[in-house]
Amino acid sequence: MKFTSLLASAAMVLGLATGAVAQDKTKVGFVYVGPVGDGGWTYEHDKGRLAVEKEFGDKVETVFVESVPEGPDAERVMTQMALEGADLIFTTSFGYMDPTINVAKKFPNVKFEHATGYKTAPNVSVYSARFYEGRAVQGHIAGKMTESNIIGYIGSYPIPEVIRGINSAYIHAKKVNPDVEFKIIWAYTWFDPAKEADAATVLIEQGADVILQHTDSTAPQAAAQEAGNVITFGQASDMSEYAPKPRVSSIIDNWAPYYIARTQAVMDGSWETVNTWDGIKEGMVEIGEISDAVPADIKEEALAMKAAMAAGEYHPFTGPLKKQDGSDWLAEGETADDGTLAGMNFYVEGLEGEIPQ
Amino acid sequence: MDLGEINPVLLVASLMVAATPLLLAAIGELVVEKAGVLNLGVEGMMIVGAISGFAISVETGSPWLGFIAAAIGGAVLSLLFVLLTQFALANQVASGLALTLFGLGFSALMGQSYVGVKPPSMGDIHIPLLSDIPVIGPILFQHDPILYLGIALVAAVWATLKYTRVGLILRAVGENHDAAHALGYKVIKIRILAILFGGACAGLGGAYISLIRVPQWTEGMTAGVGWIALALVVFASWKPWRALLGAYLFGGITVLQLNLQAAGVAIPVEYLAMSPYIITILVLVILSADKSSAPASLGRIFHASH
Repeated sequence: MKFTSLLASAAMVLGLATGAVAQDKTKVGFVYVGPVGDGGWTYEHDKGRLAVEKEFGDKVETVFVESVPEGPDAERVMTQMALEGADLIFTTSFGYMDPTINVAKKFPNVKFEHATGYKTAPNVSVYSARFYEGRAVQGHIAGKMTESNIIGYIGSYPIPEVIRGINSAYIHAKKVNPDVEFKIIWAYTWFDPAKEADAATVLIEQGADVILQHTDSTAPQAAAQEAGNVITFGQASDMSEYAPKPRVSSIIDNWAPYYIARTQAVMDGSWETVNTWDGIKEGMVEIGEISDAVPADIKEEALAMKAAMAAGEYHPFTGPLKKQDGSDWLAEGETADDGTLAGMNFYVEGLEGEIPQ
Repeated sequence: MDLGEINPVLLVASLMVAATPLLLAAIGELVVEKAGVLNLGVEGMMIVGAISGFAISVETGSPWLGFIAAAIGGAVLSLLFVLLTQFALANQVASGLALTLFGLGFSALMGQSYVGVKPPSMGDIHIPLLSDIPVIGPILFQHDPILYLGIALVAAVWATLKYTRVGLILRAVGENHDAAHALGYKVIKIRILAILFGGACAGLGGAYISLIRVPQWTEGMTAGVGWIALALVVFASWKPWRALLGAYLFGGITVLQLNLQAAGVAIPVEYLAMSPYIITILVLVILSADKSSAPASLGRIFHASH
């Protein structure tokens, strides 16, 4: 993968030579963790980039580098982008957090926006979406629809964002189906279709008839389709090519309005460090169409839950809730605060296994 | 934790599936390296094979034609490597890397209209009687034909290298191309054929991922299998059966660690995740304690005037 980014940065050096002509344009850079054609996470970020281009036309120029590994190589790619004259750089994966902060220090005049992280600086904002709201809807449907009572979950890395999703899905599956059990596999990758498909197959072989994924490709959907009689949910993107079954619904990340607003802010000179965490209410998280494979009453309940979250009447983490070790977390009616959610590193009561440290 | 949830029959069957792309790519590269050529473009040839095979089988509805197209696709891409290293006498390492870069980009371009398409299924062979044997039947006799082709290729490569004149000549070219040239063998021609064979095998391996193991097309979907195949050839000391062993070990532990995770085994996941790499390397390093070493002319450029 490193070689792809090597090539991309070589191409960027070439771009440097030609880029000097268009000084008045606002240049926006994007660093992606997977290929733009992954059909999931990176695909949606790239749709956001294209929306920025469409919105501002000639006034903006966008560049992106795909399949950038999370680590030192990311720092190199960001530095290159900043040197090349980018005014605003979106770094779109959790693992870019420290590289983003490091590079931002070196380029105080360049604005950085890091997705799903928690470290800010005078020129670094963070933004994320409340995916766990979508996970609540998925958990509800999954809990109602599973016949084996085993739900398989493919996690990427054990980071708060993923753990939140597991907890949220589990709480809502358990609520409608007390017998439900979660089997969790950590893939230790965001994007590796073969491994993701293997993980899905293993979960299905061990009895799961619902697969939830928190990795970026559509491979688990394909594996579920091959196995038959398994339901899945699109992750980050609608993945509607696998509807109506296995994919029965999805979480769609809609980054476009945010990217447009932030680009506008840079153009106006009104850009400030912000910590954005939007959900269903603001439209950053969308629930993909619930297909006909879901019985009408379950669909109705799921949509009602979505509406309640959109209206701000329902919070997926509402007490009484206990942590996995049995200690109290939230009292009756209490909702989780954003600080705890942002750094979530524990399972809720009932989930089995340990979170890798 | 409940180990009883792991079905050993399904486990062994799926490890063979997980190992096959690696095996196909490795056996091709093994022949290439035996001929004294180091082609680091395996990943690129695999991904081009993956999309060629996928596109053709979707268009024609025949997975068989898809696999043939994949082999051709991989071989055609390796022609570029032939051109660079055998005629232009370019550095093999650099040319191989270029091949990978080119393959990844080119496949993404070719595959744009195939995202989200479902390929026709190849179906498993059910050999009457044999496949009905309990336990052994599902493990050994209920797979897709390409999996058997992979094993057959290993046997064929082993027999050819060891027992035939063709194999002897190939090895001679790999060990000392000047001597082979002096004996009147066409070094360049033999190497070209080996490279094409390697490309075709890598293409098949890639198509196995996109048509059987996943089955879908996604950009960059080989995700590093080509590099593992390259390492495997070295650790297997350029011996076909050891490459098979290594591929099955790697595939097996990959699938096993996923199974253990799903069953909730209390080994830290980090160790499970790195276990395929460590165990495969350990076993093959221990095995290669004998005197076997790399072909002497590996990676060296040949020109008749030297």
